[in-house]
Amino acid sequence: MSREPRTLYEKIWADHVVERRDDGTCLIYIDRHLVHEVTSPQAFAGLRAADRKVRRPDLTLAVPDHNLPTTPRVDAAGNALPIADPASAGQLSALRGNVAEFGVPYIDALDARQGIVHVVGPEQGFTLPGATLVCGDSHTSAHGALGALAFGIGTSEVEHVLATQTLLLKQSKTMEVRVDGKLGHGVSAKDVVLAIIGKIGAAGGTGYVIEFTGEVIRDLSIEGRLTISNMSIEGGARSGLIAPDQKTFDYLKGRPMAPTGEAWDRAVAYWKTLPTDQGAVYDKVVTLDAADIAPSLTWGTSPEDVVPITGFVPDPESFADPSKRAAAQRSLDYMGLTPGTAMQDIPVEHIFIGSCTNSRIEDLRAAAAVVKGRKVADRIRQALIVPGSGLVKRQAEAEGLDRIFVEAGFQWREPGCSMCLAMNPDKVPAGERCASTSNRNFVGRQGPGSRTHLVSPAMAAAAAVTGHLTDVRELMANNA
Amino acid sequence: MEPIQQVSGRAYPWGAKNIDTDIIIPAHWLKTTTREGLGKGAFESVRAEPGNLFDDPRYAGAPILVAGENFGCGSSREHAAWALADMGIQAVIAPSFSDIFSGNAFKNGIVTVVLPQEAIDRLVQVATANNITVDLETMTVTTDFQDRFAFELDPFRRDCLMQGLDEIGMTLAQDTAISKFESAVAHERPWIAAGGGHEGVAVEGIGRT
Ligand code: SF4
Repeated sequence: MSREPRTLYEKIWADHVVERRDDGTCLIYIDRHLVHEVTSPQAFAGLRAADRKVRRPDLTLAVPDHNLPTTPRVDAAGNALPIADPASAGQLSALRGNVAEFGVPYIDALDARQGIVHVVGPEQGFTLPGATLVCGDSHTSAHGALGALAFGIGTSEVEHVLATQTLLLKQSKTMEVRVDGKLGHGVSAKDVVLAIIGKIGAAGGTGYVIEFTGEVIRDLSIEGRLTISNMSIEGGARSGLIAPDQKTFDYLKGRPMAPTGEAWDRAVAYWKTLPTDQGAVYDKVVTLDAADIAPSLTWGTSPEDVVPITGFVPDPESFADPSKRAAAQRSLDYMGLTPGTAMQDIPVEHIFIGSCTNSRIEDLRAAAAVVKGRKVADRIRQALIVPGSGLVKRQAEAEGLDRIFVEAGFQWREPGCSMCLAMNPDKVPAGERCASTSNRNFVGRQGPGSRTHLVSPAMAAAAAVTGHLTDVRELMANNA
Repeated sequence: MEPIQQVSGRAYPWGAKNIDTDIIIPAHWLKTTTREGLGKGAFESVRAEPGNLFDDPRYAGAPILVAGENFGCGSSREHAAWALADMGIQAVIAPSFSDIFSGNAFKNGIVTVVLPQEAIDRLVQVATANNITVDLETMTVTTDFQDRFAFELDPFRRDCLMQGLDEIGMTLAQDTAISKFESAVAHERPWIAAGGGHEGVAVEGIGRT
């Protein structure tokens, strides 16, 4: 049977339609549901109030991450330490109570597998190609790196999925973002995704599901691909898919929740049918050339405010659109920056290497390679390394990365979201500046009045050792 | 949910673009386990500025917010919708909304009305002194000055809003279709369930290894 050529997204969508309404709204089956402590308590309360059950606990996995302090969680005798903030402690204990009451599989804060949901899902093999995956968190788009149709949902939708294992959705338009060529020395996945968002804008992907294609994407490791898909939402797209390939299968094979034996073989055979067919048409195509992508970073308070590290703080007057001009001026006032300043001349006080964008083992290796044999600059008040999961932490320790960081003057922390959104005690004080590997530079994101520059792990490491935003390529040349 | 036919009254004439969910409700307000009481934290950073719109007595309790493009961008936190609802907002009018926010708003009985920028500019002007009416029956936004802006609304969402329907209850009524789908998947993609080799996951309190 021959059919119209279809995109990866269209294939996954078609395989998950339970029912289609006349107006095009579809009831879509959800294969995987990740739950964390912040966006779930009201959903469980809703179930309880209506006397409803969790339909498929076996397709659900809960793990705390947002609120957890990243300081040690057990004392010398191995006893769990209390959490100082009563509101955080309340949310964490609500999650423990809810998963017990509703029979949902759960990874506890003291388990070595605990981590940021979007690090844990792929790491445990919970995330699978061709699956629909949701979580009450916008960076769920990350899982698209493995070819899962993954997107963030709100708490009412969390409740809907818990109760029915489905969601009511309308099919999105498709956008191909193709990155051709080979990345230059010192240019990472983070720089690529910042360049993409700089190009399409923070709302450029609204209403679309992106598929990232091209040689650069194919050449990236799964870790790098997770960084790219993770930030799809910063370009307005709820999902950002990457076609599963041999790298994806090799990454998943043998992970605790991945299929095994005959089921594995059948799964791989199916996954191989998923990539976009030759001749399939996207609603929109955007292309970038790797040769044009330098180590990049943000200057303002939207992830679209991207410049190369060799660039300058823009002059608001240079924006043609009057509303953009006003927004740029507000951003610069908030960020305490003067137009025309070289990005490399901007001093920083805080370094954060972590978050679901950049806290996997490869990220820590990239940062450690820059830090090795150097010291954190005197003006840096706080330099945090927060591994994405307990397993990442353990792996890094096995490789001696923790010692490189600690000897240089970094703090080596327990896994969690941490300074990415400052819900736990890790915060950037008002008026101070942070080079951060996270994904949002919004006003107040890292603490009230905090100023954020989004960078890659290597660039964050470079800023840590020089005390100002720095072109990591210069340090790499010195290391060679 | 309460059925809504019409939202009428004063409106915050804001018009600001790219208002993200961290501005609507900062992260430190997300530690709650209930849906109520978040109005106090709404627009906290804006309210920190003297003479701000949200503390202006002219707009106290206004049920409508007029904003710029890409309203509600950023995180998926439904707390943003709960915060707006808690401060009494029942409709937001803007040139565009983030997908997640408009879904969350709808589920909490807040109407998100998309109108072109010219209409927004006009409404911002009108709202400084006069009322605005959003009518779901006629799908129009009107003012006391004979302005009339037609908008579109997803028919399903419009029905749900106007009748105050519970979406989960409606989906559960399709239980047979869902069960049928599940049996088909068990056959065609058995690893979806088999992958739930979750043994050993729900271990609580073990020490770090
Ligand atoms: S690390 Fe940051 S972006 Fe990722 S899930 Fe946690 S809070 Fe959200």
